[in-house]
Amino acid sequence: MQDLINIFVKAIFVENMIFAYFLGMCSYLAVSKTVKTGVGLGIAVIFVLGITVPINYLLENYVLKEGALTWLDESFATVDLSFLSFIMFIAVIASMVQLVEMTVEKFAPALYNALGIFLPLIAVNCAILGGSLFMQERAYSNISEATVFGLGSGVGWFLAIVAIAAIREKIRYSNVPAPLRGLGITFVITGLMGLGFMAFMGIKL
Amino acid sequence: MSEVVEKNVVETKREPLFSKKNRKLITDPLNDNNPITVQVLGICSALAITVKLKPAVVMALSVLFVLGVGNVVISLLRNFIPNRIRIIVQLVVVASLVILVDQVLKAYVYDVSKQLSVFVGLIITNCIIMGRFEAFALGNTPWKSFLDGVGNAFGYGIILIIVAFFRELLGNGTLFDFHVIPESWMISNGGFYANNGLMLLPPMALIVVAIIIWVQRSRNTKLIENN
Repeated sequence: MQDLINIFVKAIFVENMIFAYFLGMCSYLAVSKTVKTGVGLGIAVIFVLGITVPINYLLENYVLKEGALTWLDESFATVDLSFLSFIMFIAVIASMVQLVEMTVEKFAPALYNALGIFLPLIAVNCAILGGSLFMQERAYSNISEATVFGLGSGVGWFLAIVAIAAIREKIRYSNVPAPLRGLGITFVITGLMGLGFMAFMGIKL
Repeated sequence: MSEVVEKNVVETKREPLFSKKNRKLITDPLNDNNPITVQVLGICSALAITVKLKPAVVMALSVLFVLGVGNVVISLLRNFIPNRIRIIVQLVVVASLVILVDQVLKAYVYDVSKQLSVFVGLIITNCIIMGRFEAFALGNTPWKSFLDGVGNAFGYGIILIIVAFFRELLGNGTLFDFHVIPESWMISNGGFYANNGLMLLPPMALIVVAIIIWVQRSRNTKLIENN
């Protein structure tokens, strides 16, 4: 249990997707003009990361890794399909996003109206593929760890986009130097927030 | 789709390979329409791998290859891709190209491939690539798409290399791992100079890009945003 909490906190603060790895910056910059849209996209990211990371974990451990296919037949012990992981992961993500979109539309129309326009954007959000690739690189030992890592990264991303959206709403009233307006100042703010988040780096979990 | 068909009809008139319009496809993304500082595409990978020049150059070349070839492939397929599943088709094309790049990097420059870690894979979701496929390759002929791809990859690479240049020079005192600032200047060797370790931290990449944007927009005032 303690391990899981450690992974969760680490994924949110110490290894924050945005401030430590810059993943999902494109949608982070494009959709953070108001808090409301930021929250919508953030929730969608948590949702999709929480689903795709465990699925890709299963795929990695039962299909792609060297020797992963032994559950089918002993003779597959030397088969290594890991070079296919990019295409498999992205296929899983794209189809999961489509599936999630359809399920949500059918069973929770209210949620669909809130998230609807963001879900297709998510298939090409680097944070989602990044979550799966980090999961592969760090080789989590079981599926619950992978799930918690996925959810934690999503929450970290959510916090980051909500924070920047709130700051951007307020900065409209400030007198920013003209060439820095819009994109430039957003970069500076993200950089400063990132420096703040570096304070968590010393934490050993 | 109807829009695409119309464009094709208009562009069937032959024009020289490097006409003025085609040259503009390459030069535009370098400044006025830079993918990173103006279109805000492809930032994800641009920042994380700019601590040193070598990975940045390798990354720029990988993107150049993927975007150039991918744009041509999508452009050739543009009339056969059903609109509804185009994202998946695009992802499959990019993913196969990126697997190629990844295998080549692993075979020939293993140390750089280790440094780039997940970021090679993340070229797949690099917004520049999807953005150019969507905005350009789906509606233009292969040669134009190729030029557009190359131009945008150059625009991306230039920013990457500028950022990496300053971060490696100020943070490490080296360029391509070659000591530019004499080692006898270092405080540890009795000199007066110390490297600024802050430049190596991830947040400084953002601030360096912000400074590039600042400089670019002060020179090119039509890019300034209202808010």
